[in-house]
Amino acid sequence: MARTIRKVTDLPGFRGFTWLFFAYLYAPLVLLVVFSFNATRSGTVWSGFSLTWYAKIAADSQIQRAALNSLTVAVCATAIATVVATAAALAMKRGVPFFGKKVTGGLIMTPLVVPEIVTAVATLLLFSAIGLSLGLGNIILAHVAFCIPFAYLPIRARLERMDESIELAARDLYATPWQTLRTVTLPLLAPGIVSGALLALITSIDDFIITMMVAEPGATTLPLYIYGMLRLGVSPEINAISTILLAVSVMVVTLSHLLTRRR
Amino acid sequence: MTPHRATLLGIAPTLLIIGVLMVVPMIIMAAYSLMEASSFGGVLPHFSAEAYIKLLFDRDLDDSLAFDPSYMIILWRSLRIAGLATLITLCVGFPVAYFIATRPPEQRTLLIFLITIPFWTNLLIRTYSWVLILRDTGLINTVLQAGGLTDQPVKLLYTEGAILFGLVYTYAPFMVLPLYTSLEKLDFRLVEAARDLYCGPWGALRHVVLPLVKPGLVAGSILVFVPCLGAFVAPDLLGGGKELMISTLIQLQFTSSRNWPFGAALALVLLALVMLTLTVSAVRQARATAEGGH
Repeated sequence: MARTIRKVTDLPGFRGFTWLFFAYLYAPLVLLVVFSFNATRSGTVWSGFSLTWYAKIAADSQIQRAALNSLTVAVCATAIATVVATAAALAMKRGVPFFGKKVTGGLIMTPLVVPEIVTAVATLLLFSAIGLSLGLGNIILAHVAFCIPFAYLPIRARLERMDESIELAARDLYATPWQTLRTVTLPLLAPGIVSGALLALITSIDDFIITMMVAEPGATTLPLYIYGMLRLGVSPEINAISTILLAVSVMVVTLSHLLTRRR
Repeated sequence: MTPHRATLLGIAPTLLIIGVLMVVPMIIMAAYSLMEASSFGGVLPHFSAEAYIKLLFDRDLDDSLAFDPSYMIILWRSLRIAGLATLITLCVGFPVAYFIATRPPEQRTLLIFLITIPFWTNLLIRTYSWVLILRDTGLINTVLQAGGLTDQPVKLLYTEGAILFGLVYTYAPFMVLPLYTSLEKLDFRLVEAARDLYCGPWGALRHVVLPLVKPGLVAGSILVFVPCLGAFVAPDLLGGGKELMISTLIQLQFTSSRNWPFGAALALVLLALVMLTLTVSAVRQARATAEGGH
């Protein structure tokens, strides 16, 4: 048999199983993208290439408003979350030990641990208890909380891999702590900060459950709009919007991945 | 500015935001669960344990309590589906993680990246893609009918199996990643040694690999079980909202059912179950480390 020599650690069937798994992971998404270009409404029978559905959503003002809302929320939430997460990561990694440091590390992770529906309900109750009604502002506030850990983790990981002796050298050469931070630490940390910001951005754009619970009437984001369309049934317009969102996510995550790997 | 003050200043904004937007809301939620429901949504500000009584009992017209297991059934269903999904992702994820960990380094990075990509794409969209495949006029039924295997479409969508399928699809990467991290650190020369000593490939897996990657198995299982327990999108879109899971039940209390205290109590029950899972595993992990194990 003309087969490559198997390593002793290989197990029979695992290779085939892994490729099957990747097919399972990607086939539904490929199918969804392919049928967004279908000429007819069918989601199963291919009847020719067409951009009809993209033209339809491009002309839909409600979708545009929802997309703009999503972008506004994501950019605001990401900006706030990234700034505070950077400060927190610097304090946790380069700062002095302080009382309750371990608890603080745990608290930053709470948005990842608590089930989303619980966070959603709790946030809704907070907003209703204090009577907060800021339209998109409500959604931005809710998003800031769960964006923080997504921004924090890559920044902290980058700080851990950074050579602290460069910063110490700057201090030795009479740079003030502020100058060291601005001209040495932050530029070196930049890839981590951008990577964290991109992950926070994607998490915010894609969030559905928390947004659904805290959104006031009229403050519709793209996932909320898609959910509304899904309730009405399957349609190629959903495929088209989904394809665009998928493309954005994949591009942003790839960018973040490349930045994290850069030394 | 002293270093101490700078450190506190750096951490303060994050603590403030998490405190106000995560901790305070949980306290408000706990308080609301102990108040009386207003029929217009919201609460009436006086004490009532009604929300917790409702978990187990049904109040009859004459104010007598009768045991009513319907909410416990939903809770049990959530636990059962989450448990099953965890078991399936474990069986599916292990061979994948093992295969990736035994590839050359540059292939590993690419394969792991391909595993993480779907995680960063929209959950609604990923679940919706399964609606397209499983519905009566979807891909599977079209193929089955074209092949003459069945005349009537097979009911695949809006079943418990569909929910499981969607959960496994969504959370399998959560299982593969920690398993991979454990396997990557494994010294595969141990497997070679076992094989040299006449252990079969499966024996080496069972007696050498599995005991050493147990932390990865546990971590992966928790990462899958916890979000599955609180899953909303898969039961909603693939289960058709008939076979309720706990998160849908919670959401209903804030929309059509308008019973905020009961919704808050249910959310606390879900939170307690998650915390219990995390604490038990943390304690077991600590004990294993203390015993000098892995």
